[in-house]
Amino acid sequence: MSVTPFPTRSAVAGLLMRNHIWVFLALTIVVFSSTSPYFLTFNNLGNVLTQAAFIGILAIGMTMVMINGEIDLSVGAILALASALAIGLQDHIGIWPAVFVGFLSGAALGFLNGTLVALSGMHSFIVTLGGLIGIRGLVFIYTGENALMVSDFSYTDYPEIYLGPISLTAMIFLGLAVLFQWILSSTRHGRETYAVGDNIEAAHDAGINIKRHKVINFTICGALAAVAGILLSMRLGTAEPNAGKVWELWTIIAVVLGGTRLKGGYGSMWMTIGGVLTLAVLRNGLRLLNTPNYVELMVMGSVLILALVIDKLLSQREA
Amino acid sequence: MTDPILTLSGITKTFPGVVALDKVSFDVRPGEVHALVGENGAGKSTLMKVLAGLYHPDAGEILYQGAPVRIDNPLAAREKGILLIHQELSLSPELSVAENIYLGAWPTNALGVLNKRKLRRDTQAALDALGCTFGPDDRVGTLSVAMQQMVEIARSQAFSANVVIFDEPTASLTDTEKDQLFTTIRALQAQGVGIVYISHKMDEIFELTDRITVLRDGVVQGTVDTKNTDAIAITRMMIGRTLEAYFHKANSTFGDEVLRVDGLSLKGQFEDVSFSVRQGEVLGFYGLVGAGRSEVVETLFGIRTADRGRLHWEGAEMPLPTPRHAIDLGIALVPESRKEQGLVLMMGGQDNTTLPHLNSYARATVMDRRRERATFDTYRDALSIKTTGPEQAVSTLSGGNQQKFVLAKWLCAGPKLIILDEPTRGIDVGSKSAIHELIAKLAEDGLAVIVISSEMPEVLGVSHRVLAMAEGRLVGEFEGDAMTEENLIDAVSHHLAKPAAE
Repeated sequence: MSVTPFPTRSAVAGLLMRNHIWVFLALTIVVFSSTSPYFLTFNNLGNVLTQAAFIGILAIGMTMVMINGEIDLSVGAILALASALAIGLQDHIGIWPAVFVGFLSGAALGFLNGTLVALSGMHSFIVTLGGLIGIRGLVFIYTGENALMVSDFSYTDYPEIYLGPISLTAMIFLGLAVLFQWILSSTRHGRETYAVGDNIEAAHDAGINIKRHKVINFTICGALAAVAGILLSMRLGTAEPNAGKVWELWTIIAVVLGGTRLKGGYGSMWMTIGGVLTLAVLRNGLRLLNTPNYVELMVMGSVLILALVIDKLLSQREA
Repeated sequence: MTDPILTLSGITKTFPGVVALDKVSFDVRPGEVHALVGENGAGKSTLMKVLAGLYHPDAGEILYQGAPVRIDNPLAAREKGILLIHQELSLSPELSVAENIYLGAWPTNALGVLNKRKLRRDTQAALDALGCTFGPDDRVGTLSVAMQQMVEIARSQAFSANVVIFDEPTASLTDTEKDQLFTTIRALQAQGVGIVYISHKMDEIFELTDRITVLRDGVVQGTVDTKNTDAIAITRMMIGRTLEAYFHKANSTFGDEVLRVDGLSLKGQFEDVSFSVRQGEVLGFYGLVGAGRSEVVETLFGIRTADRGRLHWEGAEMPLPTPRHAIDLGIALVPESRKEQGLVLMMGGQDNTTLPHLNSYARATVMDRRRERATFDTYRDALSIKTTGPEQAVSTLSGGNQQKFVLAKWLCAGPKLIILDEPTRGIDVGSKSAIHELIAKLAEDGLAVIVISSEMPEVLGVSHRVLAMAEGRLVGEFEGDAMTEENLIDAVSHHLAKPAAE
């Protein structure tokens, strides 16, 4: 970014247009603050951040994959598998080795997804849809269709570290977001991820190794799904075979809501954080207002469509 | 003269069924602008892709600064200093100018972290060398087409290119932008860069280039010094003569005027076009690619909207149509690119035939499959289409048979005027004469027919009257004995030779 002492009006307008999700988030915060006295408290906001962190960590990986011009539908299932392995293996190999195996399983499945997409030339929607079904099946086989419980409850204490109202889980989410934003904006891999998603022919003609970037990003996405799964198992102390079901959809919704383009080439972690927080604030605010669950789903669906319509209008005006 | 930087000798490239380049020899000297001209399909783009490392020749040799080389991929071409400026610009709109220029070669440290300062500084130097007004951090998507083109050209500075290939660079530029581009090209020339300039526009070629190489059907027709030749000679080399074929001219009686066009204009496409066509008449449109022929007929069909001009349909004035309106009046347009505009490739022949007229085959929205089948059978027999049945996907048919389905699709609506844009391009000789016979039969049945073709024997063979177009203007009308190749070439090339007459 070039430094201009007095940004012109159009520069400010352009900045707002490209970060409309934060305007939208501010609006929802204002609305809930005025309708519920419990909303704007440190404790509640800290809660929102912790609740947002799981979808948020998935969304960081999804953002990498989507900027690259692909999609990963298997993150919810990978999350469940990592969480089941982290808890199920503890009694046999100890806590940290179990956590490490859980993490590796996510990274390995992400690598497999990426390799299949890069080598087969099939669309990632199909490849990872297969992953979604197959990995979920694996989880059911491993858990024997039952929830696994931790035997050593000290495991559930790890995420209970707080910095003020901010939990360790939330800190990990924000830390990862900062790290991957830096990777996107300052490393060759990050910038080439944009180049591949934006104009794959131009990237290919410039000699960029397209397949390598795809494999790396799917591996990142799988590994982060495993991180989310491990954090979830620590928080709950159990691993449900159905954990993370349809979370891949909420993740994609959060990323798209943030403004990252579905067909690739455009987006950032800041936008994704905005999208993730908007979803979490909506859900939290509606619950504080005792909204029935089905009304909550209707409101969130409508908000998503509204946000996408605004995005479409803004991008048309910009073009 | 100095030694060439790049020499191609005996380059041959075949694709299944076509010899795209046949023993082509071509060279580029430092500091010269060398034009490469030819009609569409002459092999220019294939040759260019060989130079840029996108295609590998089957035979022949490439010498770079006197030594034989292989150009395996685009990166290898760039490392040797050969740069292709694509007609469809090859940039990432969301990335910055600097990132686009150095795409694939960004400076990084050992950990893969970008050295943004070096990237920006090097880019600024490249932009300054060309006198660009935008900066390294500007997002490419916010720049005009001309500026984006400059971003591509700036790669020549960044990678110290020795050979820069321009593929129709002025296609989407305004006159001022064109002048700036020419200044830039001359600056590159002064640096000793060898430039290959591909264009259809004679005035540009004569303004800018030192030598001209003409390609036709994958064969080099000759390389000449620009100052020793003129547009007429070059046009003759490009068009040449093809074997006389047997053409069946409709033996029809002309009826009432079906369509009259007065002063039709569309800025940047065509200017002041007037003509008329009668029942039973075949009217030919001849011109080089880019003359505006397709644009005129697309306007008649409502795909484009004219700025000025009046249309009369069967004697009564009509407003400028929309495609739906045109179909309802009885106008049918068989477009040039049948794959993109004419057919749904995965559908069978029957469904393709009835697609625009589903209303007339439906009873209360339920399709009458039996009547659709009857229509399919009628046209399959009438046009002798070779297909295994109504369900065979048209993507698996030959070009000629596909084209017949496109015709069937429009004929079953019972049009009064049918417009055929390059009806025989890319189809085999047998299907060609079948289509020529069909054109004659349609006219004999009383339809008005407009045929656009770049093939002179075809347009002369099937038409009763021929209009010649060049650079968006009608430059001649020929009938009867005046319909000769000589007259058509003269009309087109004389106009191209004096661009100042506009």
